[in-house]
Amino acid sequence: MTTISSPLRATAPAPPPPSPTRPRRARRGTPRQWLRDGGLSTLVIALPMILVFGVFSWFPIGRALVMSVQETNLVTAPVFVGLDNFVFVLQDPLLGKAVRNTLWFALLALVFGYPLPLAAAVLMSEVRKMRGLFSALAYLPVVVPPVVAVLLWKFFYDASDTGVFNTIAGWVGLGPYPWLQDATSAMPSLVLEATWAAAGGTVIIYLAALVGVRTELYEAAEVDGAGVWRKIWHVTLPQLRGVLFITLILQVIGTAQVFLEPFLFTGGGPNNATLTVLMLIYDYAFGSSLGGNYGAATALSLMLAGVLAVLSAVYFRVTRPWSS
Amino acid sequence: MKSAQKRAAIALVGVLSVAVTLTACGSSEEPAAEPTGPVTIEVAIDAGLEPEAISAFEERILQFEEVNPDIQVATKEFTWSGTTFAAELAGGTLPDVFPIPFTDGRALIEREQIADISELVAELPYADQFNPTIAEAGQDTDGGMWAVPISAYNQGLHYNRALFEEAGLDPDNPPATWDEVREAAKVIADKTGQAGYAHMTQSNTGGWILTTETYALGGRVVEGEGEEATATVDNDATAQALEMLREMRWEDNSMGASFLYDWSTINQDFAAGKIGMYVSGGANYPNLFTQNQMNPDEYGVTVLPLEGDDAGTLGGGTLAAVSSAASEAEQAAAVKWIDFYYISKLTDQEAAVAEAEIAARTDQPVGAPALPIFDQATYEQQQSWIKDLVNVPLENFAPMTEQMFDQPVIPEPSVATQEVYAALDPVVQAVLTDEDADIDALLADAQTQVQGLLDRS
Repeated sequence: MTTISSPLRATAPAPPPPSPTRPRRARRGTPRQWLRDGGLSTLVIALPMILVFGVFSWFPIGRALVMSVQETNLVTAPVFVGLDNFVFVLQDPLLGKAVRNTLWFALLALVFGYPLPLAAAVLMSEVRKMRGLFSALAYLPVVVPPVVAVLLWKFFYDASDTGVFNTIAGWVGLGPYPWLQDATSAMPSLVLEATWAAAGGTVIIYLAALVGVRTELYEAAEVDGAGVWRKIWHVTLPQLRGVLFITLILQVIGTAQVFLEPFLFTGGGPNNATLTVLMLIYDYAFGSSLGGNYGAATALSLMLAGVLAVLSAVYFRVTRPWSS
Repeated sequence: MKSAQKRAAIALVGVLSVAVTLTACGSSEEPAAEPTGPVTIEVAIDAGLEPEAISAFEERILQFEEVNPDIQVATKEFTWSGTTFAAELAGGTLPDVFPIPFTDGRALIEREQIADISELVAELPYADQFNPTIAEAGQDTDGGMWAVPISAYNQGLHYNRALFEEAGLDPDNPPATWDEVREAAKVIADKTGQAGYAHMTQSNTGGWILTTETYALGGRVVEGEGEEATATVDNDATAQALEMLREMRWEDNSMGASFLYDWSTINQDFAAGKIGMYVSGGANYPNLFTQNQMNPDEYGVTVLPLEGDDAGTLGGGTLAAVSSAASEAEQAAAVKWIDFYYISKLTDQEAAVAEAEIAARTDQPVGAPALPIFDQATYEQQQSWIKDLVNVPLENFAPMTEQMFDQPVIPEPSVATQEVYAALDPVVQAVLTDEDADIDALLADAQTQVQGLLDRS
């Protein structure tokens, strides 16, 4: 009995996998099928949000795109000017100043404003009693309306020797300092108030994230003989890294768009020392009572948006391995 | 079949009706024909007024409606602001009658962004009696008055009489030269601890006051008009003004500690007794009194010292304009309102007394001197009509009123005025906040920047 192994059999291709069973849904793309699949209810539910986004976000963005290539005062007929507005902005000597000031603000806010909420949240998470009170106190500045907060801090920053901060400094033989009235100290003064005003919200985010850190990890670290700092370094921070990356990029985007503080505190002064990119956009648009340079304002807005979009994309690309 | 045709016909009629209605709604550019019925106009009322001032305004409306039964007047809070006016104009949210500064008049007229009320204004009995220099601000190139001058000001040196007395200075003999201003500022700062002389620097006001000081020293920041306008920021008078500020700030230390003032905040601090002297519109008193509760007895004002050839005092003012969206009937009603509310109190004894009585009854200032929009005789006659109702300390205005008619009034730069002022803000700020500021370099930069602004206008 011989067994013949057929070469054909050996080399025969595997039978094709059975084609996936397609549900017998005829004319899937027809309106009737869309209705039957619940498309209408989905649309009805989403419609308010689509409308709100459309009217208040996408339409203005679309209008900005159009206006950036126009010369218009919003009243008379606009004139198409191509890329002239972009050229004008790029040639404006104030642009460099505004960019440097914005980066300076962002750096100061990062150095002082980023670690502070994290430290506060970690310390508060260690507190056993009255954590709610501390959370409320930390969040209180966020509840204060920003304009009110700025007006309040204007009193603090009064440059005379009777100002609040200068009075306090005087108790230890320091000052008086010019605070907002000097080109060197104006920007750090803005950052100080901005940090005070915004830290509470970030503290709450960190506190919420800290709740999610499993206690077993701390217990294991303790078994391994880790102290407080090593637990923070090896357990807390790695566990928070996803949140930390998000808050970092949000802070960078937020500081790049800083407007409120320079607008209300200093109007961009003294001598343009606190003129930020958004302040420059505002000045382009509203610097003249007879219709500002809206084309230049929208052109610079789009450039800023483009830079931030690229920055965000690069950031997420670079940090993806660390945050996963 | 017949039924279907009927339905189609009804639908067609419906569509046509809607289309006609929409067309009618959309054709707002064509003013409506003169209506036979009542017309309602919306008029501007200053934002942030005290209740007494609002009551006075409402009482004037009732009086107006009594003599004009076909016109209803509604109010809308509006205070002209350089940063928001263009958006309000574009958005169509302005009231039918609103005030604008002289600096905006010509450009708005050229662009036809306000209603052409020149024919209606021409019918007013005093139409040709306006001070020609002042009337220009509201006229087109053919002399048609599209916007009516309702008030004018010349810049003045405001001073706090209480601080003068506290410093040992005579408030009845305020400084008459810039050297005396500097000396008085130093004495006030040394003796009282308050700012002897303060300066606006923000929201275009720094440029406004620097231009004023330049005029007072015989210079100009812009020469020529229209396309002929040329920047002359880099001139000796502006340099002299900045040098004077530098000396007061850094050598005398007589300018206090606040260098980011705008019109509103400097008024607040002046009314609060923190400032000895500052330059602003000569007609600032109502704001200081009604919105900042200044003690009238502490207020003093004098003319600016004029030094050098061709020196003058910067003058400006306010025009009443009518929205270009107003119908013919609304325009006619608006001009009647302008005549009644803003002008008649200056030209008609009965109206002047009625206005003054309401103001006095509601504790508003009556008789605060201002630069007249007509001639000196008309102004003095109006003052005589209301002299029994005057409740401001006229003697405190004497240093101003005794000299203001002798000073030449020079209008503000006619092209890109606010932008020119905005470009000069940082120059003033630099001198006041940086001891090593290079005035020549600052002026050279500003010269280039302002010329660029003029070229683009």
